[in-house]
Formats: sequence, C-alpha cells, structure tokens
Amino acid sequence: MVKIRINDIPLEVDEDMSILQAARLVNIYIPTLCYLSLHIVHEHKINASCRVCVVEVKGRRNLAPACSTKCTEGMEIYTNTKRVIRARRTVVELLLSDHPQECAMCEKNTKCQLQRIAAKMNIRDIPYRGEISRPNIYIESAAIKRDKAKCILCGNCIEACSKVQDVNVLTYTHRGFKTFVGPAFDVNLDTTKCVSCGQCVMVCPTGSLSQTVVTNEVWNMIHDPTKHVVVQIAPAVRVALGEEFGYEIGVATTGKIVTALRKLGFDRVFDTNFGADLTIMEESNELIERLSSGENLPLITSCCPGWVKFIENEYPEYLNLPSSCKSPHEMFGAIAKSFYAQKVGIDPKDIVVVSVMPCLAKKKEANREELQNGGFKNVDYVLTTRELADMIQEIGLNFDSLENGVFDNPLGESTGAADIFGVSGGVLEAALRNAILTLEGKCPTLEFKNVRGYEGFKEAEVSINGTKLKVAAVNGLKNARKIMEAIKNGTCEYQAIEVMACPGGCINGGGQPFHKRKMSRTVIGKRIEGLYMQDRSKKQRVSSQNTSIIQLYDQFLERPGSEKAHELLHTTFKSSK
Amino acid sequence: MCLHKVNTIKELYDLYDNIKGLLDIKKGMADVSRKIEISVCGGTGCHASQSEKLKDELIRYAKEYGVEDKVKISITGCFGFCEKGPIVKISPDHTFYIKIHPEDAERIIKEHVVEGKLIEDFLYVNPATSEKIRSQDNIPFYKKQHRVALRNCGLINPEVIQEYIANRGFLALAKVLETMTPQQVIDEMKKSGLRGRGGGGFLTGMKWEFASKYQNEKKYVICNADEGDPGAFMDRSILEGDPYSVVEAMIIAGYAIGANEGNVYIRAEYPLAIERLSIAIAQARKMGFLGKNILGTNHSFDIFIKYGAGAFVCGEETALISSIEGNRGEPNVKPPFPAEAGLYKKPTIVNNVETLANVPVIFLDGAEEFAKIGTEKSKGTKVFALAGKINNVGLVEVPMGITLREIIYDVGGGIKDGHEFKAAQTGGPSGGCITKEHLDIPIDFDNLSAIGSMMGSGGLIIMDDRNCMVDIAKFYLEFTVEESCGKCTPCRIGNKRLLEILTKITKGEADLSDLDRLEELSNIIKDTSLCGLGQSAPNPVLSTLNYFRDEYIAHVKNKYCPAKVCRALTKYEIDESKCIGCGNCARNCPVSAIEKTDKPAKNPRLFVYKIKGNDCIKCGTCESKCPVKAISL
Repeated sequence: MVKIRINDIPLEVDEDMSILQAARLVNIYIPTLCYLSLHIVHEHKINASCRVCVVEVKGRRNLAPACSTKCTEGMEIYTNTKRVIRARRTVVELLLSDHPQECAMCEKNTKCQLQRIAAKMNIRDIPYRGEISRPNIYIESAAIKRDKAKCILCGNCIEACSKVQDVNVLTYTHRGFKTFVGPAFDVNLDTTKCVSCGQCVMVCPTGSLSQTVVTNEVWNMIHDPTKHVVVQIAPAVRVALGEEFGYEIGVATTGKIVTALRKLGFDRVFDTNFGADLTIMEESNELIERLSSGENLPLITSCCPGWVKFIENEYPEYLNLPSSCKSPHEMFGAIAKSFYAQKVGIDPKDIVVVSVMPCLAKKKEANREELQNGGFKNVDYVLTTRELADMIQEIGLNFDSLENGVFDNPLGESTGAADIFGVSGGVLEAALRNAILTLEGKCPTLEFKNVRGYEGFKEAEVSINGTKLKVAAVNGLKNARKIMEAIKNGTCEYQAIEVMACPGGCINGGGQPFHKRKMSRTVIGKRIEGLYMQDRSKKQRVSSQNTSIIQLYDQFLERPGSEKAHELLHTTFKSSK
Repeated sequence: MCLHKVNTIKELYDLYDNIKGLLDIKKGMADVSRKIEISVCGGTGCHASQSEKLKDELIRYAKEYGVEDKVKISITGCFGFCEKGPIVKISPDHTFYIKIHPEDAERIIKEHVVEGKLIEDFLYVNPATSEKIRSQDNIPFYKKQHRVALRNCGLINPEVIQEYIANRGFLALAKVLETMTPQQVIDEMKKSGLRGRGGGGFLTGMKWEFASKYQNEKKYVICNADEGDPGAFMDRSILEGDPYSVVEAMIIAGYAIGANEGNVYIRAEYPLAIERLSIAIAQARKMGFLGKNILGTNHSFDIFIKYGAGAFVCGEETALISSIEGNRGEPNVKPPFPAEAGLYKKPTIVNNVETLANVPVIFLDGAEEFAKIGTEKSKGTKVFALAGKINNVGLVEVPMGITLREIIYDVGGGIKDGHEFKAAQTGGPSGGCITKEHLDIPIDFDNLSAIGSMMGSGGLIIMDDRNCMVDIAKFYLEFTVEESCGKCTPCRIGNKRLLEILTKITKGEADLSDLDRLEELSNIIKDTSLCGLGQSAPNPVLSTLNYFRDEYIAHVKNKYCPAKVCRALTKYEIDESKCIGCGNCARNCPVSAIEKTDKPAKNPRLFVYKIKGNDCIKCGTCESKCPVKAISL
C-alpha cells in the first residue's frame, strides 16, 4: 500500500494501482478515450495514446497519463488544475479538428464517447482547424461498415480483434498524420479473415466502426403488398432490446417486442427459439450417432457463424468436426419457406424471412450460398437488436406502453432449452438435456452449472446412459483457438464442445446495444441471468418436449436426421484458407 | 593477415606486443625514408566522391612507378574535414592533401612518393593567412579538436582488426575481464561521468547499474545506430571508421550487466557502416572476442545486426525495441524502462554508438583521466556534425565546455561568404537555436538545456542572415510531422496543426492571434506527448519564437520576410538605374511576366523593363540571366 493525495484528498492504495483507478475510488472523474477495461477477459488495454486522461503529478516535468501511471508513495496528483484542463481540452479539440462534424447522421450519435467528452469539457469551438487526415470513405462489408474519417486511433478495435479474438485482421497502417486502422492493404473486410463477430464495433468509441444497416431494405419488404414478411427474434435480443428504451440491463421485454414487431408491419412474428429447439433435435441426434460410431469427435457446435468462419479460415482440416446443423435462424428460415409455406398456401418466393439477431456475423451468414433451399435464401435479411430499436424509434412507438403480445404459431413455440442458446454454455446444456431425455427417458437434472457463466473456458463431466462424457464450452475466439490447438496436438479429451465467438456468448454479440461500460462483466452477467430466468419460467425445458416440433416431425420431417431433415436443416462447410 | 583465435588474455597481450608497431608509420613514429603509408578517407562523403577509385588508382600507379614495396595504400575512416574531401593523408610526415580525385593519383605517386616533392596545389590554404599548411596537426580545423570517440577514425583501416588491436584495441576488454568485477566496471563508468550521447544525456553508468540489478538469465545490450537527425552523421562515421570500438564496448557492457547478446539497430540506408560493422563482427568472432568464453573467461557474448527501415522515431529506445521485436516502430509508455523490461521484456540497455565508442578509452586510461576532459557535469568530448552556412562543413570532436564561438570561428573557419552568424541549431529537430548572445556559453548538456536547446545527438547547423527563422522552424516541423509515428494525439495532430500555422505565417496569411496559438499549442504538445519525439518537436518553434519573435511579427504584421526566404512574401524587382534594356530577362521569363516600359535605359535607343508582380512566379530565372545584376528580391 502507498499513501497518495489526489486533489488534496489523502488516500491509501495498492502499489500497482494506476492513478485512474485510484481517482475512481474517490469519485474523481478523469476522462478517458483509449483506455479500455476488457473486464470480461480479465485484461486492461493501456495504450496511453489519446492523452485525454493526463493529470499533473507534483515534481514531474510533464503531465502524466492517469491510465498508465502507477501510484507511488507520497505522490501528489492534481486532476483539475488550469494546466491539466487546458491540455485535456486541447487534446480533444485536436481530435475534433481531424474528425468529421456530422454527428447528427452518425450511428453513434448520443452514444459516442468523443461526443460525450467534448460535451463534458464544454467545447463549443475548435481553435485549430486544418487538413483532415482521412476523407469519409465508407467501406462496407456484409456486416461491418468502416469509416476511417471518424477513427481516433484509440486502438480498441485492434485490441478486440487481436487480444480478445485472436483474429488479427485490424492493425495500424501508415504513420504520423496519415496513420489509420484497417486490414492489410485496406481492403474490404469481406476479403480478409474477418469473421464479422463485431467485437471491434462494440468497443469503438466513435462511429468509425458500425454495422452494415439494412433497415431500409426491410421497410421496403414490409411495405410491399406482394410479400409475406415473417420475422423471428433470437433469444439474446429479448433480454437486451429493453436497454435501448431505458429498461434495466437483462430485463426480458419479449411481449413488448412481439407487439412492436406487429406494429412495424411484419405479417407474422415468430421466434428463433423454435429454430433453436429444432437445432437441438438434430444436433443431439448427431451427437448420439457420432458417439456410437466413435467418429468425427469431438462434435463442435456450429450455431455461431463467427466461429464457423473462424474454423474455415484457420483449421479447415477439421471441418468434419462442427455439427452439420444449420444455425437456428437458418433452420427456421428453411422451415418457413417449406413447411410453413405449404401450410398457409403461400408461394415461398413471396415469403421474406427477417431475423433479428444480437449478431453481425449472422448478416454475413445469411449470404452463404449453402444456406438456401429450392433457390430461395433461408433468411433474407438480418437486423440487429440495435437496428430493431432504430426502427421502433423511427415510427414513434412508445415502447414502454406497448401491450405484451404473444408469438404467432406454429413457429413461435419454444422450450427453456432454446432461451439459453443466447449464452455461452447454453447450447451445450440444451443438447445434454435432450440427449439424456432421449436415451434415458427422463432428465432429472436440467441445470449444468459448470458450463454456465461468462468465463472463457468451462468444462463438465456428465454421464449419459452410463457413458461418461467430457464436454466443454468456450467463448471468445482466442479460447476457440486454444481448443483447436489441443485437438491438433491430440490433447483434447472432450467429446462435445460448444463454441461461441463473442465473449460471454450471443448476449454480448456485435449487434447488441452499446454500453458505456464496454466488455463489462456486470453488464454481460445481467443479460446472462435474464436468459436463465426465461429458461426457468418455461414449463417445458427440453427441446423434444416442444409440441410444435413434435408436430413438425410428425407431419413433415419424419424424424431427426431423416433425408428431409438433412436436405433442409443441415449444411456444409468449406475451407477458406 | 590471417586471423587466429585468441584463447587467453595473455595471448592477447602477446599479440598486441607483436603487432603494436603496425601503426608506427601512420602515427609518424617511424623513419621517413623507410616506408610511406597513404591513407585515403573512406567515409561516406569521400566515398561518394570516388575515394575508393582513388585508392585503386594510387595502387595502380604505385605498381607502375615500381614503388609498391615502399608505399602502403589503404582506406581509413572519416577525417572529419568533409568540406575538403576526398582527403589523402601521407605518413609518417602527416602530409594532408585535400580535394584529391582519382586523376590526381599519378601526381601523388610520381611527385610525392617517387620524387619526394611536396605537391603544393593539394595543400590546405588557411583562408585567414593565405598560408599553405602541410601537416594535419597545423590545420586550424584540427587544432581545438580532441579526438576520443573518433580516436581511430583516420588512423586505422576500419576493415583490419589488427590495426585496431595495434592501437590498444580489446585491451580495455582484457583489463575488464582480467581485473574487474561487473560492479567495478559499473562503478568505473559512473566515475567517468559519461553521459549518453544520443540526446538524453543520461548517465551511462547508472543505466548499466539499473539493468544489472534486475535478475534475469537473458539480458540484452542494444547499440542504437538509428541516427536520424537531418544533417547528422556522427554515429555513421564512427561505425564506418572504427566499428571495433563499438563491438568492444558492447562486450564490456554485456559483462557489466550480465548480458550475453547484443544487437546493433542500424538503419538500412547506412550500407557502408553496415558492411564495415559486419566485417568487424565476423573478425571479432573469428578471433574469439565474440562467442563463448571470450579470452578463456566465463563471459560469453555475441552481436547481431538488426536493420531499421529509417523511421526517425525508432531512435527512441522503446520504439527501437518494438521494431527489433518485429512490431510497429512505436514508442511505449515508460515505466517500465528497458532496464527492467526491454527487448522481449528482458532487462536491456540501449546505448548510442558514440557513447559506446567512448567506453574502451575509459578503461584504457581510467575514469579519472577521462573525467578530466569536459565540464563538471558533462565529461568527455562531443562529436558534432557541423553543417549549414559554415566554411568547414564536417565532423568535429571537441571537449565539452568549448564555446560555440570557438567551434564556429576556430574549428569551423567562420561563416560562409563572409556573412554574419545568426543562430545555430543543436539537437536537430528536437533542439532549439542558440543565438549570438550565447556564442560564449560553454557547451554542455545542462547549459544547452538552460537556453532552450539540447545537446541532442550532435547535429550542429549554422545559420546566417540568409536564413529565415520561421522557415527553419517550419523545416524542422515538416520533418517531425513526417516522422511522427502517429500513436499519440498531440504529436500526430498537434504538430500537424503547428505546421499549418507556420505555413500560414510564411504565406503571409496569419494574424497575431496565430502566434499565441502557436505558442500555446507548442507548450501543450510538449506537456502531453507520449515520447521524446513529440515532447521535443515544438522546441524549434518555441526557441525561434523566443529569440526571433521580431521575424515572426515581420511575417505576420508587415507581410515581409526579412531574410527574403519565404517566397510568398518576397518579390523580384528590376533596378531601373542599372537596367540596360537588353531584354534578356523578358525573353527568358517562363510566364511572360516581364514587359518593356517606355522609359529609356542607359542606351537611349533601348527601354527599361518591369516585372508584373501578379504574374511573377518567383522562379529567379530573370535574376540569373541579367548581365548587370539589376534584378533582385
């Protein structure tokens, strides 16, 4: 412990504590831009490059960055002297002098960290005007939109891409005033190893990285009288959308979302959870088959398109391992344009499937050529949680006052097992419930707590029908890489592995509402808890108990793994190395 | 001479005894009639002026005239008198011939060597007295110099390790390994008071001590040869002229801190230095000065060369380390200092070339002897690259505490073309200017900082009344803006904005409030930047603003550049009283901006000409074409 003084307040802190952390202890606000606490992966990113957090330390020649300067015995720190305020202000003014002044049109308007800091510092004019280093050029991939002009070079995205995800696509290029962040050769992200997880978007303090928006296209479909537009929402959306309308983090607003979607003009409002239950039927069947044949083990889940892209990029020699199941919303789309179309007597060409997802990678996934049947894309448009919130705002709905609606049927029914698809460990847990019920006839334990939570790597041992099974759930692609390396080295002991690309799972996906506390364990933890509450509130908690699913098999698909099921619900992967 | 491994310290002393006579002739200690040695300067400047070919020609003519047995011709390191290069020095009588080209080779062999005549046309003429000077020692340029770091430059052949040994090479290493503990080595370094010559001026012994205190089985010694100041070539010349000193010093440093690996980070655009350093390292390995169990002791050490791509910021130690590691050459936050977590997070010392070149001398002559040179807090000498508007452009090594006046007027031979001294820039783009009033201040680390400049790595650029100080500040800022890595905001955007304000001033578009902005922004950039580059980049602006504010005001208020450098603020005029009406100017003007008036010229049949101010592009063609010098700015 060392004794220090901040603004003449005496306090005792740990020796390796930064001035920034110490100041927070006594509620002294020091603005930051490039500092990023990667809470969820137990790391801090300290670039000390933006210089917004500078403070005066007595006896030091120049100002010290609070984020990276450690407290030492007897240190006297001042965070609000004239010298500090002027310097900080100037740094922000300089950033603004090289930043487009188009806040009103920016996706991050009112959520931008630079905007917030400028407002807090009472900046009303930029005294230093001059050349803009990078023109506004938007480079849009299927999922992520880059605007180099808005980049403040904080490096958060690079950190997310490399330290969290180990994808290593984004980096600084050029130098000095011409520096910018991008993939090598500044190409479109679609041509790189980017998996579109969108974690870079989530940590970007400004609007430099944002989602590729399709709301206008969706509006056009809704307003096209010849189209029958069905919408589905992913599990993680229902516990996050409320945040955009002032609800507590993690509160499920499913009923209001359903009503909102009806009011937006969708013809039918369905649930991706139905697709999730269906996925479990197919995937647990696949697991049982692989376990009995002893081939293609471990089975690795393939619901997460970011992860699928990752294994295609990095470990194409192991493409026999991921489950051949399509992801839940794609399964849903395939059923909507076949079974449902027959049932309601609408030509599949007139059916438009829109998915509302917590995810950016799903946007790219929807374009995969394997994900179509009979010449029709399984899913036509993917909206994110944020885009849905924008559409609700756009037509002036008062979200809070909406009545609670219920999903349409038959594609709206789901079990608790489907809800937990949105959290890391959830798919595995749902599959275990189903496999145990299928093989043992009953499933006395429904909760597998060892695989729950936001830790990046979780494992459990379960016994199914007398067979011991070692399973693991990993999240964050850095951990996925570790698992793949273990498989490569022959040191992997698991028979089933669930992988989700985003830390914590889909509830922390690239399409979720922005939060001031980026990558915060608390925020993510609350969303996770929200989904487990959903699970607990359901009468049925094992996928095969879903009556609509039972009917679907009876009337249409015969049984899990049938030829028809394979045609509609399974897919293939290809090496992109 | 073939290279044998030196297995023990005793073998080294024996070897030294055997070959120490190698340099007798060059040192002027042997009989004149017996043998002659011709040293041709092989520094980059002279090399570029065909000194290599000159050497070959000398050898050819020596054969042709049948004197090849009598004369030994070799390349040596930089003599420093680059203004007068290529230099040829003939020993033992120290005849110093200047501006010698390959076609002069025959005369040197025939007249000097064969006929024993002095060739007067090749001698240096003292401009003050018009007297021809034969010997190097009597040339004023060398009189006030004190060569320690450059002790072997111009003496030894930089590619022959025996010549280095003959001048007590590796004896410092032998002494260290034989008689001293690592702590004693560090203590000796501290006692010497040697401060880092790369710019910061940190005590070298202290740096070594810090690194020695951190326990780790792997430690590194890095030689910073990423010299990047515009116009500076001190380190380059040392590596080209005496790479062995640096090698020896690194081995000693390794012993002191407990490291067994050294890296020389050198810019790839120094091919000659790289070549000679590579030769030196290979020879040192062959002779057992590098490798396992050096001279039979427990100390093992090897050196590797890492190339830099020429980014100025990589001279900053943490950026340099990042670059060696294969990462983007960007500085990192200190602490941790490299002494604690440097290259690959291991304890590391980073010393500059010139610093290291001083190290063997400290152990050969003792720290006390070394500390006798210089001032109280700045010991030893400093090498400066003298450039700009000075007569003797070149490399000089002077004791700390010498005045700028002595450097400029005694060593440097005064200002070019009889103009008046205005300012000197030390510390390159990170430094500031020294003005007339500081001419008599003893130059050392602390005095330079006190007057708003810095020692820097040793670039010394002399300016006279033909230099515009706003333009100078702009020049340096253009450099730092170009070389900023772009990591931190104040350096990346702030310096760019400073440059934009300066550009406005030189274009006559600024107002007085811009000067305030310039000053405030400069101070904030210094106060908030991450590394030394940003923290010092505004120095040229602040120091010119401090000492030459009137020039800034002339640009801003009167839209006038007193030195007539800023094109936008100057205009060409024809002096009617001188114009003879020949029309040469108008015929050669590329934009037809010169027209004939109806005023008769001297010759009444012709008429004087006039420049149309708005059309003139200020190319200066008319000025150069006017036969009577009637056109000027």
